[in-house]
Formats: sequence, structure tokens, C-alpha cells
Amino acid sequence: MHVDFYERVWMWGAGATIALFLGATAFAAYSQGRLPPSHIETIDPQAVWTDQRFADRGVVANSDGSYTVTMIALMFAFQPNEIRIPAGSPVTFRMSSSDVVHGFQIVGTNGNTMVIPGYVSQFTMSFDDPGEYLIVCNEYCGLGHHSMYGKLIVERGAQ
Amino acid sequence: MTLHDRKLATAHMAVGLAAFGVATFMALMQALSRANLDLPWRSARMYYLSVTGHGVLMAIVFTTFVIMGLGIAFANAGLGRPIRGPKLAWLGFWIAFVGTLAALWAIFVGKASVLYTFYPPMQAHPAFYIGLTLLVVGSWVWCGVIVATYLDWRREHRDQPVALSVHGMLATIAVWCIATVGVAIEMLAQLIPWSLGLVDTIDPLLSRILFWYFGHPLVYFWLIPAYVIWYTVAPKAAGGKLFSDPLARLVFVMFILLSTPVGFHHQFMDPGISAGWKMLHTVNTLGILFPSLVTAFTVVASLEIAARLRGGRGLLGWITALPWGDPLVSSVLLSMLLFAVGGIGGAINAAYGMNAVVHNTAWIQGHFHLTVGTASALTFMGASYWLVPKLVGRDLELGLLAKVQPFLWFVGMLLFSIANHITGVMGMPRRIYEASYGDSPVAQSWEGLTLMSALGGAFLFLSASFFLLVMLGTVLAGKRNEQPALEFAEPVNGQLGARTVLDRFTPWVVVAVVLVIIAYAYPLMSHLQMERFGSPGFQVF
Repeated sequence: MHVDFYERVWMWGAGATIALFLGATAFAAYSQGRLPPSHIETIDPQAVWTDQRFADRGVVANSDGSYTVTMIALMFAFQPNEIRIPAGSPVTFRMSSSDVVHGFQIVGTNGNTMVIPGYVSQFTMSFDDPGEYLIVCNEYCGLGHHSMYGKLIVERGAQ
Repeated sequence: MTLHDRKLATAHMAVGLAAFGVATFMALMQALSRANLDLPWRSARMYYLSVTGHGVLMAIVFTTFVIMGLGIAFANAGLGRPIRGPKLAWLGFWIAFVGTLAALWAIFVGKASVLYTFYPPMQAHPAFYIGLTLLVVGSWVWCGVIVATYLDWRREHRDQPVALSVHGMLATIAVWCIATVGVAIEMLAQLIPWSLGLVDTIDPLLSRILFWYFGHPLVYFWLIPAYVIWYTVAPKAAGGKLFSDPLARLVFVMFILLSTPVGFHHQFMDPGISAGWKMLHTVNTLGILFPSLVTAFTVVASLEIAARLRGGRGLLGWITALPWGDPLVSSVLLSMLLFAVGGIGGAINAAYGMNAVVHNTAWIQGHFHLTVGTASALTFMGASYWLVPKLVGRDLELGLLAKVQPFLWFVGMLLFSIANHITGVMGMPRRIYEASYGDSPVAQSWEGLTLMSALGGAFLFLSASFFLLVMLGTVLAGKRNEQPALEFAEPVNGQLGARTVLDRFTPWVVVAVVLVIIAYAYPLMSHLQMERFGSPGFQVF
């Protein structure tokens, strides 16, 4: 196939750009651990409220200095809807939905996951900056979608 | 074009443009909502209904019918023969049309405010799912008719490459036929029986996997016909030639291969899908940037040929020599300009780690209004100025409005999309009736920008109104006049000689199916083997 010289140069450039994007993505993923929330665990969505895994909702301090936050997303609230954690410690969020699909996003951070009935969402992150963060549902979940929000308060670290 | 095929194409275009017209009003309502204007009819119910109506009418009805209309016109003109099986073609049209009406009925009586992604366990009226399924079935009939017409031509021209416009349309059909398998399974095996009450529960994640198996190639179903217009129609209308015909064919073939095995990049934030499989889909997604980057070069080079033939000079000065007053040419130029931005945004969305920052924020609507909302929609409007007069045999009316309209769209879209990209990065979610969040300080920081996005919406509404006025004026009052035939750009190196492997479709479709199996078979199998629990339906609108 005849390809014009300049177009050939452009195509190599395009290939190199894509390789660069892939390299950056792979570096962030495997060297810095920036993986999307991909936890695989199922749960009966009609029994979330009575399931042992979601019996103790709220913040639990683990013996290794990390924290676990357990939440249920429902129309149109997060339960609990206010969370307090210390700055700097790894926090593992675990949540599921008792009705439709919801989203969970901590505004101004990388904290973002879908909450799908029948599945447990889980991801770990830490917060360096103390302050009050807004949590919003970012997936349409019905007429009250825009009033589904919560609060995350990051307190100055205990250590 | 034969009179019959002109009527057939006109019917498809008419439904598509009518859908566009209705959806335009839904868009205005959303823009006013974003501006927080206290209007009497304004309510959350109305807002979510109108988001659903806008999404379904624009993304599914407008695009599909216009693409079917373009396909009929291009096949007839490019193959130089009437469409095979005209009765079947009309049957397909009516199936799709009746299906569309059923789905719209469900939306407008308030029984289907589930958005155009219709994620269960939110549950719409069965007419919504059945109607959309019929729309797809009608489009399959169209695919069959176009392919049969091509095969007739092929029997008489064994060794000749098919016209590029038809080549691109056949690639569109290949992508569509592979993609719609996913949504067909979702509808027939999950949503329809569940909404009819034949089964009690549904697996929402399986639905999402099937939907996005369809949902991303859907993007290329919108885009490839726009590319066909960029490659074959715009350079001709600008007075130039096609810079590279074989590379255009390579681009279309790459879309057949890479459009489908990429769906998980819409599900990066989903639980229940492993990070490794998401990464594989990321690699494919970034790969699909390549054909678009090649298109950027070839189409710009083709337009440069046109500009220099018109006396344009200088390194960049030739750009001013292009016929910016021709609404088709200006639509394509402005579409390409915004698509360059949209394409880079797409690479950011697909970048695995960065997705967490923008997922389900206003950024996403800022992004896809540049891609489908401009690259496809504005190109289709431009193509309508060129095609509709030829279909109805009348001169274009209200030419001044047509000249201004693409620029209004461009300005409106700049305001809309810049505002939404920024509020998205600031964390504002998409599709919310109102954005105060109990007067949270973060939410207050979005306010100026949401007004800017509403202003963009007003410009877009004005632009869309101009377009619809021109169309109505042309069809109803345009001067009856013999119109020139559809013409497509010739390659700069003269017509191609022999048929190459890029002019064969079967081998590429086979490879595409193999790639789909690699990307989806294992994750789907392991998903189905998990212990899973279903969800009952919720009607919360």
C-alpha cells in the first residue's frame, strides 16, 4: 500500500503517542497501585440489612492502624451518612445497595465506585488533608437522586 | 438515485430529524433546570423524564434513523443500483418506527424514566424495552437489505474495490451487527421477561456487562458514518480530492476489529469485574485511537488539497480559502475541531487510573456532547443540508440560517462542554435535578460554571431551531428543481486498481468475533459460575 511520507511519519507519531499513554497507564496501575475498585464478592440484595457483613455499619479501627468503613447505599441516603476518620491512615470502604444501582463519590478525591445490588464494592485509600468532604451519589437512582449525599470528616491524625 | 430509494431514505431521515426536534426541547428544559430558574413546570419528575427522553431520542432514535437514511442513499449512489428488496426495507422501517413510538409512549407517560442506559433493577414499563428491541430489529432488516444490495453488485464486479462511501457503511453495519447481540441478549433474556413479571429478579451486573458490550461499539456506529462524510463528501463539496483512499479503508477495518472488545472501560468503577480484565479492555480502547488519528491526517490533507486548488496559500493560510460559507463544509470542519478535543478527553476517560476522577461526573456529558453531540450530530446536520434537497428534489431554503447554524452550534458546545468538563473535575455529578447538596460549600463553587453550561444550552437550542427551520422550509417551500446527483471525492492518485484484502469483510468480521471472544468469554463464564443473587424491580420515578 502506498503511504505518503508525511502520513507515514504521522502514523508512527500516533503509534508512539498511544504507546506512551499505555506506558503511563500501566506504570500508574502496577507501580503505583492505582487500580480501579474491582473487588469480587456477592451478597443477597434483599437481605443486606440482616447480613452479618453489614451488621456493624460505620467506622471500625483495625489492630494494624487501618480503618474499615461499612456502609449501605439506599434510596436516597448513605447509611451511615456521616463518617469520621483520622488523616493519613488507610481506610477500606465496604458497601452495598439494598435497592437500585447507586454511585459513591467523595468529591475532590479519587474515591469513586459504583454500588450495585447483589455485589459488595470495596476499595482502600487514605486522606492526607483534614477537613470536611462531600459524598455524593453519582448514578441516577430515582426522583431523589440529587438529594442523596453524605459527609466525610477527616480529622487531624491521632499518631 | 431512483425515486423509490429517495422516498425510502427521506422517510428514515424524517423520523430521525423529528426525533432530534423533540429531543431539542428536552435539552432546553435541562438547560433551564441547570440555570436553577424557578419555572412552574419544573420538577424532579419532569427533569429525569426529560433526561431519559433526550438520551433515547438523540442517542438512539435520531442517530439510528439518520444513519439508516444515509446508508440507503450511499448504497444506491455508490453501487449505482436500487436497493434490493424494497418491500423488506419498508417493513424494517415500520418495525423500527412502531418500536420507537412504543418506547416513547412509555417515556412520555412517565413509566420509563430510567435514562437511555436503563440499568436494572430500576424497572421501566415493558413497552419501553419491547419498543427499543423492535427498533434494533428494524435496523437489522436495514442491514440485511444493504448487504444484499452490495452482494448483488459484488457478483457483477468481482475484482473491483467498492466505493469508499459504501465500504464505510458496510463497516458500520458490521460493527452494529456484532454490537447489538449484547443488547439483544440483555433485552430478551433479562429485561423483557423480568418487566413482564415472568421472572422475579434480575442480575444487575450481568445487565451492565451486556449493555456496555453494546454501548461502546454504539459510539462507533454513530461515528463511522460521520467519518464516511468527512472522507468522501466534505472534500468533494470543498472542491478537493481524497488524500489517501487505502488508508481510509484501513481505518474502517480497524473499527470493525476494535470497536467491541472495549466495553469494560465504562465499568472501571464496577465491583465484580477483575482489574486485569479491565486492563485488557483499556489496551484495546487506547488502540482504537489509532484509526481516529489517521483520519485526522487524511481528512485535513484532503481539505488542504481543496483549499490550495481554490487558491489558498501559506503554511496555515490555506485554511481561510476553504468554503466556510457552505454549511456542509463548515459543519464538518467545526465537528472535527471539537472532536479533536473530545478524542483526547476519551483517552483520559479510558486511562484506567484517571477514570476515578471523572467517572459519572459532569465531565462525561461534557465529553460525549463533543463526540456524539458534535462529531456525529453536527456532521449529520451538515450532511442533511447536502442530502435532503437531493432527496426531495427541492432547493435549500433559508440558506442564511443554514450558514450561521454550524457556528452557533460550535459556540454553544464550547460553552456547554468547557463548563461541564471543569465542574466534572471539581466533582459535580452528572444528571442531577439540582446541585445544592444542602448548601454545601463545594457545590456552591460550581454555580458560575453551571450557568455557563445553561447558556451554552440556549445557544444550542437556537442552533437546532435554525436547522429544523431550514429543513422544514426546504421540504415544504423549497423551489422544485432538478438536483445534481450525490457526488463523492475521488482519490488524489486516481481510482484504485485491484481489490485488496481491505475490501473483503468476512475475514475481518471473523477476526473481530475472535477478539470479542478473547475479551469477554472468560469474564462472562466466571461471572455466570459465581453464586449470584437477583434483584426485584423498582419503579422510583
